Amino acid sequence: MEQKVKIQIDNHMVEVPKGTTILKAAQEIGIHIPTLCYMNLEDMCITNLPASCRMCVVEVEGRRNLAPACATPCDNGMRVKTSSLRVLNARKYVLELILSDHPTDCLICAKSGNCDLQNLAKRLKIREVLFKGEQSNYILETSPSIIRDMDKCIYCRRCEMMCNDVQTVGALAAVNRGFSSIIAPAFNQALSESECTYCGQCVAVCPVGALTENDHTNRLLEDLADPTKTVIVQTAPAVRAALGEEFGLKPGTSVTGKMVAALRELGFDKVFDTDFAADLTIMEEGTELLGRLTKFMEGDKNVSMPILTSCCPAWVNFFEYYFPDMLDIPSTARSPQQMFGSIAKSWWAEKMGIKREDLVVVSIMPCLAKKYECSRDEFKVNGDPDVNYSLSTRELVSLIKRANIDFNRLPDEDFDNPMGESTGAGVIFGTSGGVMEAALRTAYELYTGNVLENVNFENVRGLQGIKKATVNLNSFELKIGIAHGLGNARKLLNEIREGKSEFHAIEIMACPGGCIGGGGQPLHHGNSELLKARSQSLYHEDASKPLRKSHQNPFIIKLYEEYLGRPMSDKAHHLLHTCYFCKNSEIQEQ
Amino acid sequence: MSYKMHILVCGGTGCQASNSQGIIANLKEELTNKNLENEVQVIATGCFGFCEQGPIVKIMPDNTFYTQVKPGDSEEIVNEHIIKGRKVNRLLYRDPENKERVSDSKHMDFYKKQLRIALRNCGLIDPENIEEYIARDGYAALAKCVSEMTPEEVINEVKFSGLRGRGGGGFPTGLKWELTRKYKADQKFVVCNADEGDPGAFMDRSIMEGDPHSVIEAMAICGYSIGADKGLIYIRAEYPLAIQRLQTAIKQAEEYGLLGKNILGSGFNFTLEFRYGAGAFVCGEETALIHSMEGHRGEPTTKPPFPAESGYLNLPTNVNNVETYANIPVIMNKGANWFNKIGTEKSKGTKVFALAGKINNVGLIEVPMGTTLKEVIYEIGGGIKNGKKFKAVQTGGPSGGCLTEKHLNVPIDYDNLLASGSMMGSGGMIVMDEDDCMVAVAKFYLDFTVEESCGKCTPCRVGNKRLYETLDLITNGKATMDDLNRLKNLGQVIKDTALCGLGQTSPNPILSTIDNFYDEYTAHIRDHKCPAGKCKALLNYVIDPQLCIGCTLCVRNCLSNAITGIRKEPHTIDPEKCIKCGVCLTKCKFNAISIQ
Repeated sequence: MEQKVKIQIDNHMVEVPKGTTILKAAQEIGIHIPTLCYMNLEDMCITNLPASCRMCVVEVEGRRNLAPACATPCDNGMRVKTSSLRVLNARKYVLELILSDHPTDCLICAKSGNCDLQNLAKRLKIREVLFKGEQSNYILETSPSIIRDMDKCIYCRRCEMMCNDVQTVGALAAVNRGFSSIIAPAFNQALSESECTYCGQCVAVCPVGALTENDHTNRLLEDLADPTKTVIVQTAPAVRAALGEEFGLKPGTSVTGKMVAALRELGFDKVFDTDFAADLTIMEEGTELLGRLTKFMEGDKNVSMPILTSCCPAWVNFFEYYFPDMLDIPSTARSPQQMFGSIAKSWWAEKMGIKREDLVVVSIMPCLAKKYECSRDEFKVNGDPDVNYSLSTRELVSLIKRANIDFNRLPDEDFDNPMGESTGAGVIFGTSGGVMEAALRTAYELYTGNVLENVNFENVRGLQGIKKATVNLNSFELKIGIAHGLGNARKLLNEIREGKSEFHAIEIMACPGGCIGGGGQPLHHGNSELLKARSQSLYHEDASKPLRKSHQNPFIIKLYEEYLGRPMSDKAHHLLHTCYFCKNSEIQEQ
Repeated sequence: MSYKMHILVCGGTGCQASNSQGIIANLKEELTNKNLENEVQVIATGCFGFCEQGPIVKIMPDNTFYTQVKPGDSEEIVNEHIIKGRKVNRLLYRDPENKERVSDSKHMDFYKKQLRIALRNCGLIDPENIEEYIARDGYAALAKCVSEMTPEEVINEVKFSGLRGRGGGGFPTGLKWELTRKYKADQKFVVCNADEGDPGAFMDRSIMEGDPHSVIEAMAICGYSIGADKGLIYIRAEYPLAIQRLQTAIKQAEEYGLLGKNILGSGFNFTLEFRYGAGAFVCGEETALIHSMEGHRGEPTTKPPFPAESGYLNLPTNVNNVETYANIPVIMNKGANWFNKIGTEKSKGTKVFALAGKINNVGLIEVPMGTTLKEVIYEIGGGIKNGKKFKAVQTGGPSGGCLTEKHLNVPIDYDNLLASGSMMGSGGMIVMDEDDCMVAVAKFYLDFTVEESCGKCTPCRVGNKRLYETLDLITNGKATMDDLNRLKNLGQVIKDTALCGLGQTSPNPILSTIDNFYDEYTAHIRDHKCPAGKCKALLNYVIDPQLCIGCTLCVRNCLSNAITGIRKEPHTIDPEKCIKCGVCLTKCKFNAISIQ
């Protein structure tokens, strides 16, 4: 039986399982001790616990100094004071110290109103910073996806934890010591020269304005105001599952219709859906999978197995850097964002009689790596990118607010056709396991020729880091694996490298939870319930769709009939597939 | 081969810096010239402790103690002392009181009150020869432990001895071993913390250089008692001689079957490896040390879990410092009962201190716990240099406090020092005289902790920086009394909230000097004066027109063209231009220039 301990916190007695921290025990009785560096996404086993900001200090009777509530386990009979004068004074001093090395230009900070430090300063009623002295002074660094303003860094180490422990990317780590301690790429390299995959998980957890996205909202406003340009937009599936949070709606509220209406209000000429391109991806990737699988079963030794999904640009960056010896394994299919851009600027533009140079394709993504992805040379025609630029969910929120749109009063509207039509399979791309589930729905029917009755593959759903499933295809046992979070991906990749992988197909998403937990989403502030709710919202939308298999999408069928011929045709290859490069300069030199 | 005489030459880092190796080479050459190389042996030993008088040469068996020897003295030592049996009088120590020559260490005040347990073999044996260690009961304790005692009995003996950690914390060693033994794991580790980081401290270095086997033996004993077969020595790379001596000693111990598999036929295995530190002060903190050993950034983590439960590679690990280990073999040989009779009620045994600063006898000393500061400073240390007045003594390294006249009769032990506002620390002891400005002293130490903070927790990373900046304002005469209050309050909050021992103690130099030298702070703040005349910004160089004859020597030597005047008439200094270098003061032949 679980051992319990009884402790006194302020004037309350509480009984908790042994090993519970003071912070958690206090939370249970409604005492919310302020924290800053601490972060705990319990369902995903992601914890940041350096116990270093010292905001959560409490007085423990019999102890010489104050204890960090986040990291101090309850002991039987412990007596804790969370708001004695000694504690309040210490907390105020600690916060003032942090503020003494932090710019106080909150009014014009990207994180204003959404900043944990600002909230604490408000809560502790700091009116003056008594300590004055040297302030950190670093050069602001801009990369295609992420902006680093290290003057604002409070050294909570959350980004470092995400980048190293969760993502195993290792681009950001603490360097120097004492007052000069800072989180940076090795040797003060630029992010763009480092191992950074632009997954944006550092941005997603940064409590202050030190790490933010490269903002394209002004660029978009200029394009929208330009009468010579046709500006169209595509929205990724995960965006609609999270956007409502920023307008006070319950987490998990699907706001697809309102989002479409808002985008029209903003002035986009056409509002399309990346889900359409997701269905297209399934056609290409599913066909590629079946092709490789057939060859494999026929005993072709040259075929590389397993096949890996390639929808996630951060994941692509990751294997290009860390697994350049295995570039033939991932599917060559472009990501839905890029498939959309490519088709929009060819098929659709031709159909509509719009010149490529007059067409601006914008994407709204839960992702920061997408900003980088659209700048890749492979996705440009004569220097013109297929997708001109990408905005995060957060940037869309700010645009809607700036345009005086009362989001909650908007009517539900439908996407434009043809590239607004999607099946349920396209919708679930936004959550971990969704791409594989969508692929299975199509692959099953194409391979077996039978109708798939139950389209729900429950065992590929959920927040577990690595998921496995077996699907029976005409007595062939297709083994699939799913990983979200690059650390989990690395495990599966290492198995493949060692020749120990059991899988035929693997889905990988760089962000924990998949795109719903992307680096461009509304900030979760350490609440993993949000991610669960977003995921559920996508499954609901899938279930409510009349069509749930990508190959049933009528406009996809039309696209192939009119333009591409068949999946993996030469034209499809040219427009919808890509190739990968070794990004590790050390290996390149060898 | 049996020698008739031995010449012991200090081979510690300090004396080596004064060319004791040259002395050894010359002595050997001289002896060979006289065909005495088979009768007289020259041995490089560890530190004798009396560094002020180094390099030290000691002749055995007549116990003659030569001081400040130079390589050129070798011929005379051989001709006079070895061949003719006459002591070289000029090289003998001169008693500062009665000016008489003293020929052996027993009769020197420096040694009279010392009791050398941890340093028992330093300056006596050749640290590179295991036979000499064995001849001094070396490895007898290990043999006794593995063949006659159970691990629990060993731990009980250590517990009963009352030995407490010599690295600074003073945690009971036996209890630490017991806790580490308690945790079940397939692999455990014994770690020696040899990351001595206090500025000016060299206790551990001297032990490793002078008696490396005592550390090795103790680590093996610890391994036996806690159930670990692997030991790691975390040593800073700046200690090349200590590393080399330890490496030699480990190799010899392995050859003798005292390390390795099945030690002394007992079935107990124990091996030792090195882990090198890059010299970060914070890596002396045990969790930071462990992270550094693992190849991670050297920064502490919160305790619990303690290393005893989850240390190196998350396995149970016992970390003790060098001096703690050096006490273990003696305790096992002579018994806890012998050891716990030395010292005070709660602090048993002896403590090694590195005595430094404005004191006559700078060096390494070892005294029983309970010895007073007065005895250490005035008897062993020989009082303050140049007859100046004692002002303060800083104990416990950069994070200790400054104790004053009123603390001189405090018997030194862990608890008394803590109660007096300082701490034992690892054994640094720096003496200050009337010329030292206590604000500047506090600033010096803060400069060190600011530099050495790992930066992990807010109070240490930002707080210490702000403390330093406030002290800088004070020493520049730009602070207010509000700043002083803030300094004190912030210091207390940092002590209360910092993550590790470094931050929890870093404000000590400030808090103790504010307590003991409050007037000195207010003089800087209110009167813009530095009573000790150390804080440059508060000094004013002035020329007395009565004494100045207008020789222009000061004008010609002034680096900043701050002095003006007509030849043969009194000159003046422009305080705006004066950079307070003091050159004019030293150049003036008429004592016309003074500091106000």
